[in-house]
Amino acid sequence: MSRVDDFQVRRKHLANLTEEELENRFWKLAERIVEPIVELSRKNTSPSIERSVLLRMGFSSIEAKTIVDCILDRGLIGKGAGHIVYRVAKEKDLSTREAGLKLIDGELWDDVLAIFKGGAN
Amino acid sequence: MDLKPNEKLNIDNILKDIDKYKPKRRGWHWREGTGEKRQIGKFEYYDQSKCLDNSQPLPAAKYFNNIDPQSKSVITTEIASGRFEDDIRRMRMAAWHGADHIMVIRTAGQSHFESLIEGTPQGVGGIPISRKQVRAQRKALDLIEDEVGRPINYHSYVSGVAGPEIAVMFAEEGVNGAHQDPQYNVLYRNINMIRSFVDAAEAKSIMAWADIAQIDGAHNANATAREAWKVMPELMVQHGINSMFSVKVGMKKKNICLSTVPPTAPPAPSMRLDLPYAVALRELFSEYKMRAQMNTKYMESSPREATVTHVLNLLISQLTRADIQSTITPDEGRNVPWHIYNVEAVDTAKQAFAGMDGLGEMVEIKRDQGELADTIRELKERAILFMEEILEIGGYFSAVEAGFFVDSGYNPERNCDGIIRKSDTGVGEGTVYERDIDYMAPVTGHFGYNNIAQYDENLIDHPAALIGGGTFEDPSKIIFIDELDENDNVNIRLEEVEELRTTSKIKPEMEWLGDGIILTTLFLPTDIRTAEFAAIEIGKKMGLEDVEVIHKEIMQQAEGTRIELKGRFVYTIDTKDLIIPPTPKILTEDEIREEIKSKPMKIVAATVGEDEHSVGIREIIDIKHGGIEKYGIECHILGTSVPVEKLVDAAIELNADAILSSTIISHDDIHYKNMKKLHDLCIEKGIRDKIMLLAGGTQVSNELAVESGMDAGFGRGTNGAHVATFLVEKRREMSHED
Repeated sequence: MSRVDDFQVRRKHLANLTEEELENRFWKLAERIVEPIVELSRKNTSPSIERSVLLRMGFSSIEAKTIVDCILDRGLIGKGAGHIVYRVAKEKDLSTREAGLKLIDGELWDDVLAIFKGGAN
Repeated sequence: MDLKPNEKLNIDNILKDIDKYKPKRRGWHWREGTGEKRQIGKFEYYDQSKCLDNSQPLPAAKYFNNIDPQSKSVITTEIASGRFEDDIRRMRMAAWHGADHIMVIRTAGQSHFESLIEGTPQGVGGIPISRKQVRAQRKALDLIEDEVGRPINYHSYVSGVAGPEIAVMFAEEGVNGAHQDPQYNVLYRNINMIRSFVDAAEAKSIMAWADIAQIDGAHNANATAREAWKVMPELMVQHGINSMFSVKVGMKKKNICLSTVPPTAPPAPSMRLDLPYAVALRELFSEYKMRAQMNTKYMESSPREATVTHVLNLLISQLTRADIQSTITPDEGRNVPWHIYNVEAVDTAKQAFAGMDGLGEMVEIKRDQGELADTIRELKERAILFMEEILEIGGYFSAVEAGFFVDSGYNPERNCDGIIRKSDTGVGEGTVYERDIDYMAPVTGHFGYNNIAQYDENLIDHPAALIGGGTFEDPSKIIFIDELDENDNVNIRLEEVEELRTTSKIKPEMEWLGDGIILTTLFLPTDIRTAEFAAIEIGKKMGLEDVEVIHKEIMQQAEGTRIELKGRFVYTIDTKDLIIPPTPKILTEDEIREEIKSKPMKIVAATVGEDEHSVGIREIIDIKHGGIEKYGIECHILGTSVPVEKLVDAAIELNADAILSSTIISHDDIHYKNMKKLHDLCIEKGIRDKIMLLAGGTQVSNELAVESGMDAGFGRGTNGAHVATFLVEKRREMSHED
């Protein structure tokens, strides 16, 4: 619903603040607004984040997309795409790049599922 | 490979071995030498930075020893032609004019593309930001920055549903600045808000590692809102949310830049509305950087009108603070920016800042009095009320769902026309996943929960060490993809313009090599509607294709209309077939002096006809202005408005070697008529074969002067040395004829 400009009424609790106090209040409020979103970000991930992890591990954008799509299909993204590649490489005594390329070729997925027990935690 | 100022940048060299190229450096660069006074030419400057080694000064710099002061603000130019290979040439031109922040606009639609785009496909209103294009442009800028002598910041966008990946690629490729603001995705790209913020945390964390400067997206509210000046409290809130969110995920405040734009433009009383906002924002965000944008909201198709608004924006920057001064090309209201307007916009900023240098020493704003003080406080309070209400309704996501943002009301006024987004809708909805307890990512720059300890407690602070380092530690691990589309790539485009790149043939261009676009300005003595259609016919008769009127302006509704017309010139010109007269030779001062010493010379000079202008002839003759007197030539100036007869009589009486006639007024070709008269009179008096006749003036061309009987004509840009050289050489020639 539309609202008329009732600034004079609403500002009453701010009227006696100094400008410094106003500015402090602004930043306290900003902090309170973003804190829950920062927490949400800390605890969650997304396909793009996981692809960005694989890029940093030395995969191309096309390779990273394929691996993350396969991980999403298997419900394992909560483990971290980089984690899966790292772990299966370790188990199979491969480099992370070799392991990732095998995953793209459809190999090693049974091992991945066995290691991470089908996504349960 | 070095660039040479007189040689074109060779795109083949840029693309050669591009798969192996590594950028020279990472991180943002601020201009050097600010905060101190400096002597540049004859002047002391207060607000300028270190000068460039190579640059293109403003046109009027020739009156001031070609100085080219460089403002303390970094100057941005935005480039968006859709072809990166043509953009590179534009970057070099802009850098020579003083731009050190090159912002590359992304092609429409990339924000909804999952994953990176690869190769070099052509874009619309920008380029698809791919690794190859970014690398090629960074490589070119690495050369250009060495050429001009100042590091250049390269910038694009970390947004959309591939933000974290783009951030990684930017970190790897030495990109120095990026737009990153999750609110932008939510409000203007309809990307799911949960996804947008979760991705943003990762992207910002990567940018923080790479020391990339961040620019937020708040100014878009200004461009979107119906009445832009009413969103000022909300703009502060948007800046506050993105800034605080960035700090919380690890970005340094010195790398967080607010994208702020003066909200209004004339004929609104824009300074009075915009200044309090600018001051309030800079006070509230004193620890953050300001990226001052120019107004785009009220731009029409007149580059003149846009430029005036932009100069007023620059005045606000000068009176307050602009760490980065963005520029908007004055043609943005009518087309995707052209080369010449990028340069024009950069020059507008450079010129205004040079002109306003040190203004703060003499002028200050009345911060603590009256209207300004009251409005600053009011804006801050209105922003606080906005934030309090966000929390009351249940937080940021609830506020977006309730349509708080981009409402045209002056908060707390609400017009209920804000942008509404729901947390369970939008692109990428349902793609955010909770991290398990054993979640792990063995890489640098990762944000949030990361259970490295399960593998090695000692590597908690060095997750990438688990895999022996990732691409950030060892760039040789980066996998480079060249081209994916065999029909849409730079090689095909370069082949199409092969002739223009490798032969002496040229075509006019505004955006792309060989586009053939030209712009013509005309006045038609008719009404605006008729003028538009008449202009198109004129364009066609000029032989242009794709003729389009891009600007029309009423001078008076019956008397006439100003039209700007663009069209495509279809021919090529072969420069090797041109007959170009040699650049006039100038003898050295010593040579001229020696000649005059051994054989003295005498001239008479005047401004002829009914013409009272005397500045020109003084410039050419007066010793104080470096005129011909300094070589020892005996000069007799008869004055202004001198009849031609009197001038010839004086020449005869003094036995002069030459007559110099100055003609400024050029109405009805009076200057050429006077030349003809002078010539005829000299014939009549029998002295024409013994005397040199020279004519000068701002509207004089050598060719037409010679046609009118003169031995030479001198136009704009002439100085004493040109005239003295001519006199000496012509006299030698005449004595040989004898």
